[in-house]
Amino acid sequence: MDVFVQQLINGLTLGSIYGLIAIGYTMVFGIIGMVNFAHGDVFMLSCFIALIAFLILTTWLGISSVALAFLVVLVVAMLLTALWGWAIERVAYRPLRGSFRLAPLISAIGVSIFLSNFVQVVQGARNKPTPPLLSGGITLFERDGYAVFLSYKQCLIMAVTAVLLTGFWYLVQKTPFGRAQRACEQDRKMAALLGIDVDRTISLTFVLGAALAAVAGVLYLMYYGVVSFSDGFVPGVKAFTAAVLGGIGSLPGAVLGGLIIGLIETFWSAYFSIEYKDVAAFSILAITLIFMPSGILGRPEVEKV
Amino acid sequence: MSVAGINVLVEETRALQAGEKPPQAGTKAPLLAVRGVSTYYGSVAALKGVDLDVAEGEIVTLIGANGAGKSTLMMTIFGAPQARSGSITYDGADITRRPTHEIARLGLAQSPEGRRVFPRMTVHENLQMGASLHGGRHFAEDLDKVCVLFPRVKERLHQRAGTMSGGEQQMLAIARALMSRPRLLLLDEPSLGLAPLVVKGIFDAIRRLNREDGMTIFLVEQNAYHALKLAHRGYVLVNGRVTMSGSGRQLLDDPAVKAAYLEGGHAAPAGA
Repeated sequence: MDVFVQQLINGLTLGSIYGLIAIGYTMVFGIIGMVNFAHGDVFMLSCFIALIAFLILTTWLGISSVALAFLVVLVVAMLLTALWGWAIERVAYRPLRGSFRLAPLISAIGVSIFLSNFVQVVQGARNKPTPPLLSGGITLFERDGYAVFLSYKQCLIMAVTAVLLTGFWYLVQKTPFGRAQRACEQDRKMAALLGIDVDRTISLTFVLGAALAAVAGVLYLMYYGVVSFSDGFVPGVKAFTAAVLGGIGSLPGAVLGGLIIGLIETFWSAYFSIEYKDVAAFSILAITLIFMPSGILGRPEVEKV
Repeated sequence: MSVAGINVLVEETRALQAGEKPPQAGTKAPLLAVRGVSTYYGSVAALKGVDLDVAEGEIVTLIGANGAGKSTLMMTIFGAPQARSGSITYDGADITRRPTHEIARLGLAQSPEGRRVFPRMTVHENLQMGASLHGGRHFAEDLDKVCVLFPRVKERLHQRAGTMSGGEQQMLAIARALMSRPRLLLLDEPSLGLAPLVVKGIFDAIRRLNREDGMTIFLVEQNAYHALKLAHRGYVLVNGRVTMSGSGRQLLDDPAVKAAYLEGGHAAPAGA
């Protein structure tokens, strides 16, 4: 029971991060039907942006307040990563719109390789550690010498995720931009007939996806305290798995899928074998694709015509 | 009379003598002018030099068989696909090469072929999408208006559009187009696949929009009999070319039109 609760906490924390990344995959897929393979590397890039911002803040500007530093880093990382997301779409995907379906996919793989190599060249190949930002936590209960521990970091990760997802949900469901976004997702041509600038909406989708990946990046960096240029791939593919599991194109599905993948991974590590945790996560991808291709909350197409 | 006035008079007389049609009262140029428009899908020509005018306040209909290029013309007016040659002017401005969403912002609205309501949005959200050009400024007022015009839409406001019947979706598509307060409304086959009673309701609504609100309407129809009865003027499109034009009455009485589009008459309108 104690181990179970502890793993539940760990799993939800990890799942929050996956969920944030997965939204970027699912939104882009929803609107232009493309898997943005570079999204994992955008996430990795945001970790580096966060790291650099954090170091500048603490060593050069001498900011000592943890809360302030965290907020500034979060905002800076979101803004700069969003800018990257916008630029990538503009340079690598938009010119290929209307081309054959595989073209932007291949372009995305190119961007992915470019980003990880770019970061490797300018930042070096070694792991970059970050000074611990927030330590300590609450011992929930203790039995037979096993303490179930909820760290402040984990609290912060879940709280930030919850707040941002709520805001994001509001944006998509209740604002004119969100409506335009959903309209483009359902029928781009019709949206244009109603005066919606489709290209701009797609750009903004990339910007939003990248900003949420940046939130994940900041939280990831804070949680693990270390990042390397190759850290985009595995979390990226796991978040993609989460998006597929939840039903690609579905926003709540992406979050749900992220949480499930996070939980599966931590429970598998705890009860079976930590070496095989990635195998467990990716088996889920294969199983979902075979037996439930539209995912948990994906929509089987049953519209009346 | 001033010198300028006399000059205008001289110009008009000259134009009349040259056999040009006198301009309609109150309007200088047609609201929509299509000139020599050709549109291609790849290397296949769907429109081959189409000329057509829609004047302010008119209902103009374009009739033709399946595959004649009617819907292609509707979409070409909106720049999707763009015309390969020829020009399209709206309210004096050349819109041939403008992007679709900018054309929509000029005051044209379309209820397109296949209705294309947003299936996973509620009816209310679909209407909000229609009004997005105005940022919701006249939304409540316009919503009341379209609900009067289409009471069924009102009943279904909070239902997902994809779950409605074809006729209801058609009404929604027209209502959505109206929400942008268009000066020129393009309707592509509003009667397609609908029960006769529903068709009648939709055509009545079109007539009211034109008579009461003075809206200019360009109507594409396979249901030639109803369309020609409703319209002030009509064009016949055959294989991407306009082969005939005239007043609705003239076309209705034309033997060639009768043979090709009205045979069987109103008892069994084409497409039924």
